[in-house]
Amino acid sequence: MINLRVNGTTRAVDADPAMPLLWALRDLLGMTSTKYGCGIGACGACTVHLNGQAVRSCITAIGDVGDQQVTTIEGLSPEGTHPLQRAWIANNVPQCGYCQVGQIMQAAALLQTTPKPTDQQITDAMSGNICRCGTYQRIRTAIKQAAELGA
Amino acid sequence: MIAVENLSRRNVLRGIGIGSGLVLGLRVGFRSFPAGAAPETNFAPNVYVSIDDTGLVTIVAHRSEMGTGIKTGLPMVLADELDADWNRVKIVQADGDVKYGDQNTDGSRSMRQFYQPLREAGAVARQMLEEAAARVWNADPATCHAQNHAVVHEPTGRRLGFGELVKVAADLPLPSSDHMQLRFKPANARRYVGKPVPIVDLADIVRGRATYGIDVVVPGMKHVSIERCPVYGGRARSFDAKDALAVPGVEKVIEIEAAPIPSGFNPLGGIAVVANNTWSAQQGREKLKIDWDFGLNASYDTATYRAELEATAKQPGRLVRGEGDFAGALRSAARRVSADYFVPHYAHAPMEVPAAIAHLTGDRCEVWAPTQNPQAARTLVAQVLGLDETRVTLHVTLLGGGFGRKSKPDYVAEAALLSQKLGAPVKLTWSRPDDIQHDYYHAICAQHLEDGLDQRGHATAWLHRTVFPPIEATFQPDVTYGAAGELQQGVTDMPYAIPNVRCENGAAVNHVRIGWYRSVFNIPHAFAVCSFADELAAAADQDPLEYLRQLIGAARHIDLPALGVDYPNYGASLDVYPIDTGRLRGVLDVVAQKSGWGQKLPARQGRGIAVHRSFLTYVATVAHVSVGNDGQVTIPRIDMAVDCGLVINPDRVRAQMEGAAIMAISNVLYSNISAKDGRIVQGNFDAYEVARTDITPDTRVYLVDSNAPPAGAGEPGVPPTMPAICNAIFAATGKRIRALPIDTTQLKAA
Repeated sequence: MINLRVNGTTRAVDADPAMPLLWALRDLLGMTSTKYGCGIGACGACTVHLNGQAVRSCITAIGDVGDQQVTTIEGLSPEGTHPLQRAWIANNVPQCGYCQVGQIMQAAALLQTTPKPTDQQITDAMSGNICRCGTYQRIRTAIKQAAELGA
Repeated sequence: MIAVENLSRRNVLRGIGIGSGLVLGLRVGFRSFPAGAAPETNFAPNVYVSIDDTGLVTIVAHRSEMGTGIKTGLPMVLADELDADWNRVKIVQADGDVKYGDQNTDGSRSMRQFYQPLREAGAVARQMLEEAAARVWNADPATCHAQNHAVVHEPTGRRLGFGELVKVAADLPLPSSDHMQLRFKPANARRYVGKPVPIVDLADIVRGRATYGIDVVVPGMKHVSIERCPVYGGRARSFDAKDALAVPGVEKVIEIEAAPIPSGFNPLGGIAVVANNTWSAQQGREKLKIDWDFGLNASYDTATYRAELEATAKQPGRLVRGEGDFAGALRSAARRVSADYFVPHYAHAPMEVPAAIAHLTGDRCEVWAPTQNPQAARTLVAQVLGLDETRVTLHVTLLGGGFGRKSKPDYVAEAALLSQKLGAPVKLTWSRPDDIQHDYYHAICAQHLEDGLDQRGHATAWLHRTVFPPIEATFQPDVTYGAAGELQQGVTDMPYAIPNVRCENGAAVNHVRIGWYRSVFNIPHAFAVCSFADELAAAADQDPLEYLRQLIGAARHIDLPALGVDYPNYGASLDVYPIDTGRLRGVLDVVAQKSGWGQKLPARQGRGIAVHRSFLTYVATVAHVSVGNDGQVTIPRIDMAVDCGLVINPDRVRAQMEGAAIMAISNVLYSNISAKDGRIVQGNFDAYEVARTDITPDTRVYLVDSNAPPAGAGEPGVPPTMPAICNAIFAATGKRIRALPIDTTQLKAA
């Protein structure tokens, strides 16, 4: 058994330590908010936080997580009212919405270290997250707005 | 704003429901729920709406939500006509069922086909509630009017909420179309139509609570991953599953028979690894030892194939549009211009891979799927299981993108077959490499264009020859020429005022599954036609905008059938949706004015312009690009003017255009599917590249006020934006882009 600390709760999973955190969350813990997109860390759909840092859960083995805090979108804000989530709603960012949880988690990690990001800092932080619908313009606007709101 | 009130109902239906005989036959406004579908206390005058005695209005969205906002847009139309309070409207996604009419969510036609039926559905419900109130008050129905979720008696101001009227309304006989004169709201009384309304799933999406197909959980379900033959049409001769079965979590390995090619919607077949979680199934696959018979397409090589297509494009093809005397006009031209264009295969790569959940118990199968095509999925599942269709329940989930991929239900049938073989509920999840290497690809296409100009630089002769493997070849053997529905997309619908025209199509044999990809054949054809128009302007030494205006000529309706062209007009009537060069010119003028066309730019920057009608909508784009000395392209700004007729949800139309700009950038700068030895070379987002945030332009969208009925929004933004970018690169560098994706090493400063 491997213990994972997810959103402040310790959860035990019976799995190979090599299993990516993504599949442990989705298939073993029933937390499907974290999405599969590529399996090689190239699209960002599976982004969660480990001790506050954005990581690709599809290439993070559960055996390597140890006692680090795993945060998914449910743990970002209990009520779903994180400034990024409010800005996302205010700007009607999502189209299909599938990648948006990963985008928000990536942006949240950015605002933690860089509360007022420049355009270039947004580009650098967000270029690993693909949105095939092409919502990038609104994502960028929403990140700036959330920064104003004080994420 | 559209003034359908002034038209007879019959004409309105004929016009707006066009291309969907089903809709006409359905008489949607006048159908009751099937027995048991709605509680008896509900008032349910048709399949799209019911109202319970608390006043909750439930509206069924019967088209699939893949990001266009249609799940919000269609109910907006009904709620508006009903005069319902949007805050007291619940929207439910329809299962796949013919009772809703056409559910195939592709071709940018949901609003075109269903704007009018849903207005009628709302108007019937409203008028019956007004009738019910009149009975309660013993008043003249003409004095009772719905107003914000209630009916008001105008002379006295008495008021009854919708919920209070449900019982009486439910007892009224359902009016037949002949007995009820439907009254529609005037445009100035609309509450929702034409106003920006947030999508209904917005809050769930940003909180991670939205459920896509890949997220559905059925207790006891098995997770499956399938190894398919890397070559289209191949099959397993034998396989050894021993090592796969040794992977912890793997429970079984079974074979799915390959369908003969052309396989259509049928499963490709392969070796399925069954496990108690997705990852174990994927790990097990890597341990399979399979002896493949690669079949007929084992030598498919896109480099060789491209050369074949290009050679075909040099030869005369089948004539699909001809006017005047092209050869004579070319002979007497003061100047000749010709160019060849190439567009590769693309993969859809929606962020949610194909996935489906199926549970067969006895002779009933329940399926959950992110599908654009619920009825085709249901039919196919019934077929592969040998069940009557009525035994299959197909639940439509949210789609994590579609772009045409999820209008083909092969993956849904795979899940159903697996549930049958395993006697258990099954979740099938494609991997990203599965998705990219076993897609229904956008057709690879070579084109040759040739034109004659007179002394003033005016075009007098037009030749457009296109060669591509047709989509129909995915479904029928021996199809090598394009269908009228494919050639109408930027070939036969050429809108320029040129007297001598030849449009031709050359034959091509397909070696992979070819399928609809957002904007479909408008992609290669608008790229070639709008690039070539820019080449003509350059040859004539004229401003591209001025030259386009002259090419388009006077405002007129182009009657292609009268010219002998087999022209389906996207399934719509040409009377209602003509090819209107006035509207083409209209969006061109708007975008030129808004984009600052003609203003000076620094060195190695340029603007490009293009205009194209597709899916009955007119879009003009100006792209502003900057090309670095190293050849790298950046796109500071894109301006798009759109005339799509009546706009239902303007914010979502804007969003579709913003997204179309990004997809156009992917197609132009990054994406490319190639094949070698019959196998697709690219396997994931590291090699199959798509636009990321770094290339995001400042995209500005202008919606033109239009009197016309609603037309497409999802697809029409892509086609003109691709050539606009390429034309801008020419303006910036003098280098003409004729093959995609752009080889930026060719754009380095000398």
